[in-house]
Formats: sequence, structure tokens, C-alpha cells
Amino acid sequence: MVLTNIEELLEKYENGETTLNEEQQLKHYFSQETVAPHLEMYKPMFAYFLVSQQEQFTKDVPLHTKRTFNYKWLSVAAVAVLMLGFYFNEPIVSSYEDYVYGTYSEPQEALNELSNSLAMISSHFNKGANTMDYLGEMNKGKAALGYLNQVNKGTTTLDYLNEIENTRKIIFKN
Amino acid sequence: MTQTEFLNIVMPFKDKVFRLAKRLLVSTEEAEDATQEILLKLWNNKKKIQEYKNVEAFSMTMTKNFCYDKLKSKQAQNLKIVHSNYEEKGTPLQKQVELNDSVHWVARIIEELPEQQKLIIQLRDIEEYDFDEIAKMLDMNNTAVRVNLSRARKTIREKLTNTHNYGIN
Repeated sequence: MVLTNIEELLEKYENGETTLNEEQQLKHYFSQETVAPHLEMYKPMFAYFLVSQQEQFTKDVPLHTKRTFNYKWLSVAAVAVLMLGFYFNEPIVSSYEDYVYGTYSEPQEALNELSNSLAMISSHFNKGANTMDYLGEMNKGKAALGYLNQVNKGTTTLDYLNEIENTRKIIFKN
Repeated sequence: MTQTEFLNIVMPFKDKVFRLAKRLLVSTEEAEDATQEILLKLWNNKKKIQEYKNVEAFSMTMTKNFCYDKLKSKQAQNLKIVHSNYEEKGTPLQKQVELNDSVHWVARIIEELPEQQKLIIQLRDIEEYDFDEIAKMLDMNNTAVRVNLSRARKTIREKLTNTHNYGIN
């Protein structure tokens, strides 16, 4: 390539007016073994550009697909649970009669069962009533309070003494 | 969208994202983390990807913003953004060799450029995007991109000339 041409291109290059194609020409020229001595200093620059182009990114990039929780399935599950709930909510007894009157066919048997359960209730009830015995202690305390009445009686007799005092004063005045 | 579909979209420009991130953050590890982050963000928003007209340009803008945020947060932590903060992989010996390498000077010169110029050099001279695309990615107008690019190129040339002539930086 003609040297003057290169010099012209360099001029344009420094003014930022070269096209990409012209820059390619420059790069090509300066990648030669020998260049004009007065242009020697450009060589490392273009060499550096060419070397820099080769550098590559070698690190791996971990691309994880984000697992987003799908809330649609939550509602599906909720509906399923509800349906199951309604399904099993049905009384297991075969008819309404059975459901109301229990399952005893013999009246005697039913009576026995009833009295048993009532006896159980009353025994538990008695257990509860036993604890009420402590209320008796309270009555005892109340009886002790009766003595206070005696004190009251005493004070009323003291009132009579006051009367006597009053009458005495009246008599002495006269 | 399946993983393969996503990868088909992302594969062509994932290296570009990485290189852009590395240009701004300097350290390879930081850039790898940033790229990973960007790709994960894209993956998480994969439903919206179809709506974007240009996924690649969008990703580049995302990368730029993400890296700026990173740099800002480093600043907020009261760490200097001087890039010695970040350790580069590789043995010291390797670094010594690299220092002697004139190509490495270019890297150092670009590192010293203002962030916007860095970005533009990266997008134009390395990734070879055209000006309209760059303007869109960086949310600038076409002329501003050209002006910045020209400044960056001139700075690089001047510094390289100095290094070349006197062997100083």
C-alpha cells in the first residue's frame, strides 16, 4: 500500500473521520513486520487493538430458571379439600330414625344402657359434691360470729348506766 | 425462552461485554463478575428481551452503567479508584516481561484516559462499532463521540511517540 495513502488515513484517523473499513486497512498495514520507520510508534497501538479483540469471557454463568410458586394450584388444592370435607360430612348412619333414636332394638337393653350411663353421671356428680363439704367449715366460723352478739348485749346494758347517770345529774341540779 | 435460545442471543456479544467491563474495571476478576452479573440480569429479564430492538447495544449500555456504579461504589467506600486496588492475575515475572513489551504501554496509556474516552476507544477501535451505535450506547450525539475519539487517539499517539523516542512514559 502506498505510504502517502497511509499517512492520509492516519490523519483522518486522528480526527475521528475514518470509516470502519479504512481503519481495517490501517490495522492491516500496521500488522506487517516492517512499517515505515517514522510510523513505527503506531505499531504497538494497532497491535494492542488486535490483541484486545481476542480476549474472551471464559467464566460460566449459572443460569437458573426461577421456580415461581404457582398460586393457581393452591386454590385447586383448597377446593379439593373442601369437596372431600363435604363428602365425608354426611352422617354415616343409614337412616334418620337410627340417627335420632340410637341403635338399640330391645327396650330392655336400652333401659339398662340408660341407667348405666345415668349412674355414671351421678357418681361423677357426687365426686363434685364431696368437695362442697368444706362449706361446713364456713358454718362453724359463722357460729363463732354469734359471740359478737353477746358483746352487743353488753353494750346495751351499758346504755342503762348512762340513763342512771343522767337521772343522777337531774336530781342533783334540783 | 429456553436456555439455548438465550445463549444464542447472548453468545455473540458476551466477550464484548467482558472486554468493555475489563476496560473500565481493569481487573479480570472484577470484569468477570460484572459480566456474570450483566448476563444474569439479562436472563432474569428474558421475557423483555424480545422487546428490545438491539439486545447487544442495550447490553453494552447496561455494562457501561453497571461498571460506573461499581466504580462509584468503590469511591463511596473511600477506596481510591487508582487501579492498583485491583490485583491482576499472573506472576510478577510475567508482569516484568509485559512491562518491557511495548504493547503493554498502550494498555497503560488507555488506562490513564478519562472514562468516556476509554469507552469510546474500546467500542470503536477494539469492538469496531460504527458511530451511530456508539452514540446510542453511550447516550451521546454523533459529533461528541467523534470529538472524544479524536482526542483519545491523539493522546495515545502523543504518549506513544514520547515513549518511542525517549523511552519514557
